[in-house]
Amino acid sequence: MGDMTYWLPVVWAAILVVAVAAYVILDGFDLGLGILFPFYKTEEHRDVMMNTVAPFWDGNETWLVLGGVGVLVAFPMAYAIIMPAVYLPIIIMLLALIFRGVAFEFRWVAKPDHHSVWDVAFAGGSIVATFAQGVVLGGILQGITVENNAFAGGALDWLRPFPIFIGLALIAGYALLGATWLLMRTEGEVASRAREQAKALLPIVLVAMGIVSLWTPLATEHVAEVWFSWPNILYLSPVPILTAFAAWICWRSLVTGDELTPFIATIALFMLGLIGLGISNIPYLVPPSITFWQAAAPPESQIFTLVGVMIMLPLILGYTIFNYWTFRGKVRPGEGYH
Amino acid sequence: MELDALFLARLQFAFTVAFHIIFPTFTIGLAAFIATLMIRWHWTKRDYLYQLARFWTKIFAVSFAMGVVSGIVLSYQFGTNWSEFSHRAGNIIGPLLGYEVLTAFFLEATFLGILLFGWNRFPPKLHITAAILVAVGTSLSAFWILAANSWMHTPTGHVMKDGIASPVDWWAIIFNPSFPYRFSHMFTAAFLTTSLVVLAVGARYLMARVYIEEAKTMIRMGLGMVAILAPLQLIIGDMHGLNTLEHQPAKIAAMEAHWDGSKPGALVLFALPNQAEERNDYEISIPRGASWVLRHDPDGLFPGLKDFKPEDRPPVTPVFFAFRAMVGIGLLMIAIGFVGAWLWYRGRLFESRWYLGFVQHCWPLGFIAILAGWWVTETGRQPWLVQGILRTADGVSPIGLTTVLTSLILFVLVYSSVFSVGIYYINRLIAKGPQPSIISGDETAPGVPSRPLSGATGAAREATTESGQ
Repeated sequence: MGDMTYWLPVVWAAILVVAVAAYVILDGFDLGLGILFPFYKTEEHRDVMMNTVAPFWDGNETWLVLGGVGVLVAFPMAYAIIMPAVYLPIIIMLLALIFRGVAFEFRWVAKPDHHSVWDVAFAGGSIVATFAQGVVLGGILQGITVENNAFAGGALDWLRPFPIFIGLALIAGYALLGATWLLMRTEGEVASRAREQAKALLPIVLVAMGIVSLWTPLATEHVAEVWFSWPNILYLSPVPILTAFAAWICWRSLVTGDELTPFIATIALFMLGLIGLGISNIPYLVPPSITFWQAAAPPESQIFTLVGVMIMLPLILGYTIFNYWTFRGKVRPGEGYH
Repeated sequence: MELDALFLARLQFAFTVAFHIIFPTFTIGLAAFIATLMIRWHWTKRDYLYQLARFWTKIFAVSFAMGVVSGIVLSYQFGTNWSEFSHRAGNIIGPLLGYEVLTAFFLEATFLGILLFGWNRFPPKLHITAAILVAVGTSLSAFWILAANSWMHTPTGHVMKDGIASPVDWWAIIFNPSFPYRFSHMFTAAFLTTSLVVLAVGARYLMARVYIEEAKTMIRMGLGMVAILAPLQLIIGDMHGLNTLEHQPAKIAAMEAHWDGSKPGALVLFALPNQAEERNDYEISIPRGASWVLRHDPDGLFPGLKDFKPEDRPPVTPVFFAFRAMVGIGLLMIAIGFVGAWLWYRGRLFESRWYLGFVQHCWPLGFIAILAGWWVTETGRQPWLVQGILRTADGVSPIGLTTVLTSLILFVLVYSSVFSVGIYYINRLIAKGPQPSIISGDETAPGVPSRPLSGATGAAREATTESGQ
């Protein structure tokens, strides 16, 4: 079993990375669209925006459940430490997701009298949920106080500048994803406004990424060690170089009028950011004390669910792609099912 | 009970589950109903079946959205509020929830999009397949969550190491002793709940003399299910009760308010259980009735509450009354099914306005019965979180009173406002009824955009303006 207890947690960490990446990309663009919602005033534009994500949002959000439940499956101890540590931001995120989720249906059935209430709920829910997700991430990255394998910090440990900044940065990031998604899936005024928004957001996102990249190693010793020691700095240099390249591609395609590339390039930016965060924290699941081997569930639990992942994940990816393919193309005013 | 963090965490979980449970129990049956309507429409090409399927899909979409968002809360609450439970039982519960996500959540969430947007847009075969897959997804979800829940009542297939449960035999864990009964009981309850709603809505339209064809179809389909499932549920419930007696005798003792295990149990019709003095006040009962029900023998004995240490007893009063509410409603459902079937057999069903006038108000019965039954089983498990392994008091997170109080207040505010509005919208959709849709070949109507499936806004307006306008 010796080998298995080494490899199984690694495999599960990889599965979680896939789940988080899928969530960030997929729910990222539809939360981003909610963040941009207040900048589109007319009902027709808002209807079109909603309809670009209405068939997908539910599936997108399921990756968040897989991410959370995945930690419980493979690393129950980490789940038991992290969740109480970021209790309030998690609860606020869940409540915000309620507002944004029900708004997808409620704003249609509320028409014609009260739909503007649900427009506010949709935008507000998206903004608050995104911010809370960033705070949760920042709260974990800055380190969690652990004693006897349980959370031993205070209820407001997450209320510090670093998590708050990550929360704000994530709003800009998701908004960029949302703008490039809209650019790809719509036409006319919505698409041209989305292009302008993406142009404004890209520099903000890059600056935010730069600040996070410097702040993380400065704030946490183990991260500084990973990045700034020789020869690591050499091996890891492709990450910032590729990030700069993806940013340049994104900007150029926004300027030249390309519709697909800005979205792809933004996804690449997010993936590089994730890789950077991963490198910073390996092998810690609960920085700076619990590694994913320490937090791992017994092999009997990890293998049992791994079988399910091996069978189901390709299927899920298959029908998710099928779903997106089915609804491909531009969304035009008046399309919908209500 | 004193106001401590544990109590608030329990209150919060009970509150969020109670709200959540309403929506999936409705959508499990509704998904199957919609899929059936679509298959029937595909075979018969009758227009009103199409209208009906469309109509219920709108309602499904609203309640499914509420089920999804309230369900995500639960999966995270295991960690936020019950972290010790997650730590100690996570090796078992985690994989079961993992399978629920992998086999059910993605399936229903993804194909819901095609189901909702598929009208006149995708080939009927794809659209109907999507409806069936959504129904399969909701049922699989029930399978896994009840496997996890049943294991908490009758844990098997594991070993305990340092207070942490580790799996040994997954087959024994999933098909634990109470699972077959609990799953059948809950699944039947979900279908009964939806059938009663469908029956009640049909009766409501027929009473108002609108949507006649649609109403008759709903009454026939709803009543047919109630007439079969309600008596079946009595039998399943009885078997579930016998299973509970075998594995959780303290729960049965509380359900029957049975104190003294050395004497045959009476079937208590009414009483105020007095936990302090270990007896019932104002008891009205049928002597030996409970022994007859549980042992099928009037002299049969079964454990009484006094056979358990006071700290191992569930709170008697809520379990006792919730059980009576559930059984009472169950008997009423059997009567509704029996009378309706008899009228149907005599060919008077659609003319019996006294009957239709009554059943049109019966739509909440299933929901109340499910909440009551859930209250019986979960409160009856106390003081255990996982029966015999982990006490509820030992499963809670290290979170302070103020923090839990804050979240509880937020949950109460958000749930009671958002979900009440959602239920109001559902009611409004039902009041409006299955309007012939503008897309079914009526594209030339004035003011209606000419493209197929266009006019989402118009359709929404048309579907939701108050009836009578």
